[in-house]
Amino acid sequence: MLKASEIKVGDTHTEVLVEDLKRTQIVQYAGASGDYNPLHTDEIFTTKIAGYPTVFAHGMLTMGMTGRMVTNYVGDGTLKKYGVRFTSQVWPGDTLTSVATVTELREEDGESLVDLEIVTTNQDGVAVVTGSATAKIAS
Amino acid sequence: MAIDKFLVEASHIMMFARSIGDDNPIYYDEDHKSESGSEGIIAPPTFAQSSAQFDPDYFLRPKTGGVGWFGSGKEPTGLKPSGSGGGGGGGAAAGLHAEQHFEYHLPLKAGDVLSATTKPGNAWEKESKRAGKLKFSESVTEYRNQNGDLVITATGVGVQTERPVDS
Repeated sequence: MLKASEIKVGDTHTEVLVEDLKRTQIVQYAGASGDYNPLHTDEIFTTKIAGYPTVFAHGMLTMGMTGRMVTNYVGDGTLKKYGVRFTSQVWPGDTLTSVATVTELREEDGESLVDLEIVTTNQDGVAVVTGSATAKIAS
Repeated sequence: MAIDKFLVEASHIMMFARSIGDDNPIYYDEDHKSESGSEGIIAPPTFAQSSAQFDPDYFLRPKTGGVGWFGSGKEPTGLKPSGSGGGGGGGAAAGLHAEQHFEYHLPLKAGDVLSATTKPGNAWEKESKRAGKLKFSESVTEYRNQNGDLVITATGVGVQTERPVDS
């Protein structure tokens, strides 16, 4: 768990979420989450029917990997809120890097909290996920 | 969507954590104690999304009993895409997941039994250069545990696009 005395507004935490995303990892996520939308695993459907160049990752896979960066930073079981927008698609072969930036340290209902701004970008610097999170910290 | 029983199981949490590339022992080792004080197996922040496994009518899972599936087999699609993306995530051919937000009220642990109810939220439209007219719709799902306590509130935003998104 982060300590209020050890962090300040503007601090960042960065992690590489995945290098060269494999289609097999997308299949793993489909199986674990139960979202079997063919857009994520079925190349023939996705190219011939849906009109995309290839399959692409579930937004929730990118949110899940981004969440790993967040929990590695704030500690297990400390999140109060976590939300994202999916701003661009994630394709097989992508390498994703995620950054959390401390935007505020505050008290609410007797708890010490940190607010984070979150951005995950691909190898071209395009944001694929943007969002925010709030976690409990030690005062 | 309504789910009567979402059994939060250790092996499911382990598989889910693997799929997002997270090897944190708090997701598979019941003897692990985190520096933050968490112990026992807990669920990763986005795990509630896998409640789809426990929704008998979830439309993004092939059904048994000869009901059609829109993915490829002999032909590139088994049937014409249908159904709405709603806010729960994903959708049929033209439906995509636009936003997802979670509020955590209580820790989610292996052994919990959740129930979930979903209500529609706001709906709105927007023009976009990359995909034409966009129709957004929000849905709010409340997950309660075996004691009836609210554990997670999940708000999803789905979008139906006029055409595939230019990348």
